[in-house]
Amino acid sequence: MADVVSLLAEHGDDAKPLAGGQSLVPLLAMRLTRFEHIVDLNRVDELFGVTADNGGVRIAAMTRQAAVETDATVADRVPLLHLATPHIGHFQIRNRGTIGGSVAHADPASEYPAVMLALDGTAEIASASGTREVPAAEFFESTFMTAVAPDELLVALRFSAWDQPAGFAFDEIARRSGDFALAGAAVGIGTDAAGRINRAAVGMLGVGPIPLRASSVEAALIGLAAADADPHEIGRLAADDMDPIGDVHASADYRRRAGSTLVGRILASALAQLTQEAGNG
Amino acid sequence: MADQVPLSMTVNGRTRRGMGEPRLTLADFLREQALCTGVHLGCEHGVCGSCTVLMDGEAVRSCLLFAVQAEGADITTVEGLAPDDETLHPVQEAFRDCHGLQCGFCTPGFVVSVAAFLEANPDPSDDEIRHGIAGNLCRCTGYQGIVAATRQAAAVLKGEGQ
Ligand SMILES: Cc1cc2nc3c(=O)[nH]c(=O)nc-3n(C[C@H](O)[C@H](O)[C@H](O)COP(=O)(O)OP(=O)(O)OC[C@H]3O[C@@H](n4cnc5c(N)ncnc54)[C@H](O)[C@@H]3O)c2cc1C
Repeated sequence: MADVVSLLAEHGDDAKPLAGGQSLVPLLAMRLTRFEHIVDLNRVDELFGVTADNGGVRIAAMTRQAAVETDATVADRVPLLHLATPHIGHFQIRNRGTIGGSVAHADPASEYPAVMLALDGTAEIASASGTREVPAAEFFESTFMTAVAPDELLVALRFSAWDQPAGFAFDEIARRSGDFALAGAAVGIGTDAAGRINRAAVGMLGVGPIPLRASSVEAALIGLAAADADPHEIGRLAADDMDPIGDVHASADYRRRAGSTLVGRILASALAQLTQEAGNG
Repeated sequence: MADQVPLSMTVNGRTRRGMGEPRLTLADFLREQALCTGVHLGCEHGVCGSCTVLMDGEAVRSCLLFAVQAEGADITTVEGLAPDDETLHPVQEAFRDCHGLQCGFCTPGFVVSVAAFLEANPDPSDDEIRHGIAGNLCRCTGYQGIVAATRQAAAVLKGEGQ
């Protein structure tokens, strides 16, 4: 890893790290971008693997999406990552694509950035001058632009587990299985022992220039009894938190309307887990 | 233009050496130097799936890998699935039986993907099959034959016959 950061320091803008190549190589193939130097991260062992960390998890940047999908610690401690992963492309893509690459690429329609934002994940970033941590809220700067500077390397992501009764759900609307989403959301809802919602996390994808939090939805949920919350009514509020653009795939208005209906459905599924849990326990 | 670098990997059980610029894709190496022309290039940006090969047992897009990245790796192309020249792999057999192809351009990618998919999911539902083949595009068959072929291959590989 020391070699990688020193190469990045030496070549600056002329060098680009290569992770799974599932976004970078298409851009190179279509001649949309070019670099004098490509720095391949695929044989840097320290950049791979999931470790349990302070009740949460640390996922090294080069961990393949396919490995995230099947990792038991991830499924247990960060269920939203586990639920979101099968929506990324196809299994052939996930065999190569990495969690660090997804987040560093920062496609606004991408799944992991929305999950990272919803869960207040943090990014561990290294350069020749040291390491720093950046919270998700400050990580995504604009479309395809993040806090990672050209001479920096994204080393790992950290997520903390929720230590309370909680329900998690992820879903998205896409024209075909594996396509980038037109709209989607990652939802976590937590309650106190009495079943009152005291934590709500809603991250949306595909409905803005960067992943966005549905703050109006989160605020509306807090303080309600999970059993009484009307997910579809509250989901509608998400429309105000979106900033969609229209393109050939869907108009801005369609994304806003379908997206907020979808948020309602995802809330319903997260709430159903909570009420089931309460019913069983 | 960058200097040529030596390349070496195992392709369908045989060591293959060659030379290429660092930017040479694995797909181009396999086609032009290892002469595995069953590796088809459709879109060259990861969408169509025609160039799918197994790298160390996992299905990957060979158009999105550089040949240098496969240094020392074990690559299987469609040519290497069957045990010998006289026999078809059960997935190939099933594609023939079930009309899983028309023009055949996408077929090598489908066959490799389906073989890998069935390895991981030996007993898939029809819905799982449809998701499993979603990473490969076919513009002729309408997919029904491919779904049927996948179903048949799953049964054969499980030892249930047809
Ligand atoms: C057919 C197809 C369908 C897809 N569908 C989806 C989808 O539905 N959802 C989705 O989210 N993605 C999808 N993808 C993209 C895929 O998930 C990519 O793998 C991912 O976006 C980028 O990860 P990567 O590891 O391949 O990164 P690369 O392509 O190697 O890199 C992407 C960018 O991130 C930078 N980068 C990578 N790692 C680091 C690091 N550690 N530090 C600093 N910079 C780094 C690179 O320099 C580059 O700019 C699809 C891709 C294809 C080909």
